Amino acid sequence: MYWEPDKECLDREELEQLQIERLQSTLNRVYAHVPFYRKKFDGMGIAPEDIGSLTDLSRLPFTTKDDVRGNYPYGLFAVPLREVVRIHASSGTTGTAAVVGYTRNDIKMWSNLVARVLTAGGVTKDDVVQVSFGYGLFTGGFGLHYGAERIGASVIPASTGNTARQIQIMKDFKTTALVSTPSYAMLVADTIREMGIPVSALSLKYGLFGAEPWSEEMRQEIQDALGIVATDNYGLSEVLGPGVSGECLERNGLHINEDHFLVEVIDPETLQPVPAGQKGELVITTLTKEAFPMIRYRTRDLTRLIAEPCPCGRTGRRMGRVVGRTDDMLIIKGVKFFPSQIESLLLEIEGTEPNYQIVIDRKGAMDEVTVLVEAAGVPFSDRRRESGLGETIRKRLTHELGIAVEVKLVGKDAIERPEGKAIRVVDRRKF
Amino acid sequence: MLRIKNLESGYGRLKVLKKVTMHIGAGEIVTIIGANGAGKTSLLRTISGLIRARSGEILFDLQEIGALPPEKIVFLGCSMVPEGRQVFAPMTVRENILLGAYPQYRKRRGDAVRDDFERIYGIFPRLKERERQLAGTLSGGEQQMLAIARALMARPKLIMMDEPSMGLAPLIIKDIFAIVTRLREEGNTVLLVEQNAKAALGIADRGYVLETGRIIMEGTAEDLLSNREVQRAYLGRDLDAEGRM
Repeated sequence: MYWEPDKECLDREELEQLQIERLQSTLNRVYAHVPFYRKKFDGMGIAPEDIGSLTDLSRLPFTTKDDVRGNYPYGLFAVPLREVVRIHASSGTTGTAAVVGYTRNDIKMWSNLVARVLTAGGVTKDDVVQVSFGYGLFTGGFGLHYGAERIGASVIPASTGNTARQIQIMKDFKTTALVSTPSYAMLVADTIREMGIPVSALSLKYGLFGAEPWSEEMRQEIQDALGIVATDNYGLSEVLGPGVSGECLERNGLHINEDHFLVEVIDPETLQPVPAGQKGELVITTLTKEAFPMIRYRTRDLTRLIAEPCPCGRTGRRMGRVVGRTDDMLIIKGVKFFPSQIESLLLEIEGTEPNYQIVIDRKGAMDEVTVLVEAAGVPFSDRRRESGLGETIRKRLTHELGIAVEVKLVGKDAIERPEGKAIRVVDRRKF
Repeated sequence: MLRIKNLESGYGRLKVLKKVTMHIGAGEIVTIIGANGAGKTSLLRTISGLIRARSGEILFDLQEIGALPPEKIVFLGCSMVPEGRQVFAPMTVRENILLGAYPQYRKRRGDAVRDDFERIYGIFPRLKERERQLAGTLSGGEQQMLAIARALMARPKLIMMDEPSMGLAPLIIKDIFAIVTRLREEGNTVLLVEQNAKAALGIADRGYVLETGRIIMEGTAEDLLSNREVQRAYLGRDLDAEGRM
């Protein structure tokens, strides 16, 4: 099943013609309307007219998360604010958020691309889609919601939290498709078991999961536990939100919507493209965005491109599942943060040493975060107390990061530093 | 059908088109909209060989036509309805139409041309009524029909029209655009250059916005119609004023 067969199965040559047309018009627009890009292009002595082919793309400068933050809030918008009908922000929890905007046409395009991803994942207008993504600044909830509505499915904006109630809804409203993070799907599976509800009491057929990395083993587990077909989808707010790519029912890679995005995979060190099929950092250029066009955005996500055609008939290249990050950003329960954020919080709290370690584990369905903190002046007997320093840190971190964090106080130098190098993150999850 | 890549052309030292890349699929109506002087007419004149391209490629049915003389391009099936009709005023309507058959006349027998006359009079009954009249005595709308009829006699695969609505009354514009739609229904492919962006986007499948020789936007006609920049610049809508009302 396709949502837009003429676009999704476009002949490669025609696709490339469309891509270069759209790249050139995007460059003409950002050069005219976004001072940041004009300055950057001028500085490199490059003009939009110098880009005559898709391979010329590599002559353009990269854009990074810092560039987006540095232009907070509206500096990278290519249209006046009165043409923007929606504003989202990345799920960065502290510091300056990355703010993105959408025109009416952008919302329409976005809905269409999400509709493609949902259709590829098995969803039709006859489905009841439960969107268990947060509705808010995060693009996940609204992105999937609009796409599912576009298809004509019955959409339940369940948002996040209160899993028992979500399961009740799932059962009573006869939800056929669950949209969430994969870890939330695992939690749902566990909770159903605990509540003693047989899977046969549910009507679930499909699961469309994204917003965090997961593994083939997790897919198997979710599919078995919920009796569904689970597909992976990918997106990020800086280039659109969900809808950049998604798996079809073959479940062997995510089809990129190449008529709207140009993708490259580069070596994060040399910044040169890696040979096809090899792992590297995904770089995305938008081809049709009006309000927030993006040139060569370094996603920091590690993946590979799959050029071989897919049996499903879609002609867009696929990307493998995201296998990691090129920076130290952590994604826990869909929330993104950097270890450095924890560090700066600890520095504000008296009595702690700037030595810490973040341990991430996956217990059953959900990720658990434990922060080990060296606390010099605290007697051993106090370290286990509910109140006191440990509790203060726990509250601060939980509040600032927006996810539950456990804190363990340890003695000075208790955290090992092999070869003097601190290990800030121990990730025991398997992807 | 037509695929253009990085096309640059101009007059003398003046570069009008800057890296124009676009395409038209078979059976499509594609419109180029843009302000006066944006390069719309230059683009059509370059495709039809009246101005030589400085660089870039123009593929018509996968054949490079950038270096061909205009008459060869017409022979291949790419005809233009020029801006301001350019009918031969002292000749009759029938003679004007017959001139358009010249490329076909060399290839095919005379009775085939007679069949074409019947086909074209089917589309333009008004021209049949005025067959013997001098072209110069026709109204603006009729002259536009005549210019289209003349182009059709070459049995083009692609018809390029330069400002067919120019100087015509709104009711006549409606007639002309209905004809364009009909041509497409009969299997023709149309490239329509228009300042009347609203009317053009109303019948087109896709469009390109040309600004100072550069394409700044590509999209379905529907998307371009709902783009606020296009609305303000080319559709003459003052949205903020409308919002206040």
